Amino acid sequence: MEIPVVRNILEANEKIAVNLKDLFAKHGILVLNLISSPGAGKTSILERTLTDLKDEFNMAVIEGDCQTDNDARRVAATGAKAVQINTDGGCHLDSNMITAALANFDLDAIDILFIENVGNLVCPVEFDCGEDFKVALLSVPEGDDKPEKYPALFEKSSAMILNKCDLLPYVQFDVERAKRFATQLNKEMPVFQTSCTTSEGLDEWYGWLRDAHAAKQK
Amino acid sequence: MHEMAIAASLIDIVKEEMAKHGASKLLMVRVCYGKLTNVVPDALAFAFEVQTKETPLDGADLELKELPITVTCGECSTEFTPEGTDLFYMPCPSCENLLGHAVLTGKELYLDHLEAE
Repeated sequence: MEIPVVRNILEANEKIAVNLKDLFAKHGILVLNLISSPGAGKTSILERTLTDLKDEFNMAVIEGDCQTDNDARRVAATGAKAVQINTDGGCHLDSNMITAALANFDLDAIDILFIENVGNLVCPVEFDCGEDFKVALLSVPEGDDKPEKYPALFEKSSAMILNKCDLLPYVQFDVERAKRFATQLNKEMPVFQTSCTTSEGLDEWYGWLRDAHAAKQK
Repeated sequence: MHEMAIAASLIDIVKEEMAKHGASKLLMVRVCYGKLTNVVPDALAFAFEVQTKETPLDGADLELKELPITVTCGECSTEFTPEGTDLFYMPCPSCENLLGHAVLTGKELYLDHLEAE
């Protein structure tokens, strides 16, 4: 017999993500899902953000990595609450893992929750973790053609951080080309050119965070 | 490698639908995926095969149908399907604009239908 179905294959993940979004909305928590290659600087950006905005927001982090709690320890050193998820080789975080990790937090005591996804430009894009926004990170040593090679991430992200810009004099990287392709299918996406070493561009990123958090309180 | 997780979700849905219709042997299943998703068809087929071994789904034909990208032009709002294999060269057929197109289709990932007995 033929059975017509037409069901979203990732519906199980998405149902849990919808529940997470309701929960986060109830507590007024802004949730950002940070996605990049390994080594692009997600943890460094978080360390700076958690330190520099410490007096403004209560922030928490869910760290996703295949192994080790190195990143959770790095961000916890800033004073923020951090929980590590080890995926044991898994290439992405999903909404079920986030739900389990939330048991470690007091949601009334969080203004902004960062989800630092497993370093990977492909798989995390498909799995909604209940976030308000995906934020794509790209660092200049990786090459300016990444938005062309991995379009889905840049199409789905609400902001992009172009990190390690202090290295621009030393690497072949055409900023305009990267920005052009990153925004080809995502015209309104802001691009922040940052460096955690020189602090360049961090204020613009913080401004975006403040606006996004304020919008979530309405 | 997230195709393993996609295949696992697919298998759950197939089992649920088979139970609902009293079927005990899966013959074929058709999955549609947009060209803009990060699904690698060969990887999904392999993940489906290894996860259905020695189950009522074993040996079923997995048909994977790619759905095209359609966008509306960021300048003149013309709807079009980009031609050629270069995903990131999408000139609008009306005004030749390359930037800021809005995606209409190409991000789907769904189980369309299955045949079972």
